[in-house]
Formats: sequence, C-alpha cells, structure tokens
Amino acid sequence: MALRDTALKFWRTLTSPARTLSLGFLTLGGFVSGVVFWGGFNTALEVTNTEQFCISCHEMRDNVYEELKRTVHFTNRSGVRATCPDCHVPHEWTHKIARKMQASKEVWGHLFGTINTRTKFEANRRELAEHEWARLKANNSLECRNCHSADSMDITKQGARAQRVHQQFLFTGQRTCIDCHKGIAHRLPDMTGVPPGWREAGAAQ
Amino acid sequence: MRHGFGAAFAVVMVLFSAALLAQTQRPVPFTETPPAPPLAADVTDDLRKIRSYPDQPPVIPHAIRDYQIDLNSNRCLTCHSRPYTEASQAPMISVTHYIDRDGQVLATVSPRRYFCTQCHIPQTNAKPMVENRFVDIDTILSRQPQPERR
Repeated sequence: MALRDTALKFWRTLTSPARTLSLGFLTLGGFVSGVVFWGGFNTALEVTNTEQFCISCHEMRDNVYEELKRTVHFTNRSGVRATCPDCHVPHEWTHKIARKMQASKEVWGHLFGTINTRTKFEANRRELAEHEWARLKANNSLECRNCHSADSMDITKQGARAQRVHQQFLFTGQRTCIDCHKGIAHRLPDMTGVPPGWREAGAAQ
Repeated sequence: MRHGFGAAFAVVMVLFSAALLAQTQRPVPFTETPPAPPLAADVTDDLRKIRSYPDQPPVIPHAIRDYQIDLNSNRCLTCHSRPYTEASQAPMISVTHYIDRDGQVLATVSPRRYFCTQCHIPQTNAKPMVENRFVDIDTILSRQPQPERR
C-alpha cells in the first residue's frame, strides 16, 4: 500500500506544473544537463571503442591481440596501424550502437568465462571467426573499405595474381574482401570445409 | 703467483688469436657488436626460377609474410593444391607430395609434405656472402672434354 502511495505521489509531482522553479531554469537547466548527459554517453561510448579497453580483458590481450601484433595491420613501413575497433566496430553511429548492443554477449562471455583459457578459446575459435565473417560479408566488408577503397586501388602496383583476381571479383562486385582475405589479422581456426574465396575463378573465365 | 701469470698469459693469447681470427672474417673485432646489416627485400615478381637440378624444390617467387601453415590451415594449399589450381593458376604441388614414405598414393597431401617452407623458400635480393660456384649438369655435359695430361 505504501509503495502504491509513493508511486502515486511521484506521478502527481511529475505531471503537475512546477511551483517554485522558473521556466528559464527548467528550459536552460534541461538543455545543459542534456548536453552533459549526451556528451557523457558519447565519451563513455568512445572509451569502450579503444584498443586499451579491448585488451583490458585477458581473453583479448592474450589471444587475438598477440596474433595481431605480428601482422601488417599492426606494424608496417608507413606506420599506419589498425586498432581493434577500426575493423570490428562500424564507424557510423547507428550501426555502432547496434554492434555495441551485440557486444553485450561478449560481456556475458567474459563474466561466465566462456573463453577464459587458451584451450577454450581455441575450441571456440571457428565459431567466433564465423560470426565475424558473416558480419563482414553482410555489410560488404565495410570496415575493410573504411581504409581500402576499390576506387583508389592502383592494380598496376599489384602482383599479377592480385590484379587478375581483383579485376574479376572485386571490381565486378562478385565477391567482397572477406571472401578471400580471411585470417589477415588473426590466426585462422580449423578451416576444414571453408574453401578459399577464389575457388571458382577459373570456372568463371 | 706463477699459476696466475700462466693463466693470464693463456687468456691473453686466446683473446689475441680469437681477435685475429675474427678480424680475418669480419670487419669488426669480436669484442664489438657490429650493426645488423639491412634486411634484404623479398623477390616478388611472380616469375618462376630455373631449378639448378631436377630434384630441387622450386623457390617461391612471391611474398609469404604472415602465411599460416599449421594444423588449422595451410595458406599455400589454398592455391597450390589440386582442387584450386584452376582458379588460382598456381602450379600444382607435384605428385610426389601425394605419396607417403611407404610409396602409398594418398588422396590428399602427405603429412610429411605438409609444411611447405621446410623445402620451399622465398628469395631475397641479398648479395651472397660467398660466391656460388655451382654448375648444373647440362653445363658440365656441354663442356668440351679436355685432353688428359700425364
């Protein structure tokens, strides 16, 4: 009964006009606190979008981050580096929020220790990889294309094999980056039954 | 005291001869660490190199950085294994790779041939440290027989 009274009282306060606060205070105060909350939300969102945040969990630090360190996306002659969110989080806001909500599953996995040992991680590697392949396939390798654009690709600077396959598959839109370029930043899982993306190149000629 | 002197003398002699030896081989004495030579660039022109002898494992004319060859995956075989050579236009691994050590022909790559880079290696443009005087058999056979001198 007391709970119902409290709820009713709160509802009446909420729906009745302000008696002592001025309209200016309410509008300006609402605006300022809106700015603070919105800014705070986005700042917190950006904090979760850094490499430092990702590797604060040992699952990421000891497995995938160690593997990334050896690859060309981590160290190369021009010093450009792709960090975790560059490839794994969409840059555009709506999709970023959607991905962040999906990532709550990863928090669950961390809390319950789904991959908290190397053995467990290796056992789940194929499934985890398949999620990322499916995601990149569905968005036409959007995160790759944030840096690597087919338009700005000078194929005369590529090897003969890359020239041929890019012209045949990438430029015609038959394939997307992830179809052929799997396992470029991390070690591959057991690839039994996963044929390379170029397997039909000869047949299509 | 005499012992100490003898030991010191031996040490000096060893150091002296080692230093001499080192100097004949390298431009810096062994007590110093020379700067590492610059890394040579990979040869990635996709052009097949001649084999020096028929059994030589062909060298790799493309970059293989980050190629994964382990229990999970073999990057080389995604182009060079039989099913994918039409698509990739890569040379197929030879039939010897499908035969195990008992001479049994297998359907897939023999485990003893699985680790490609045990035999096949990429090339760099590094200057050889010693001159290569290898001569292949055709060159030897084509040489005019020299009259024997007694």
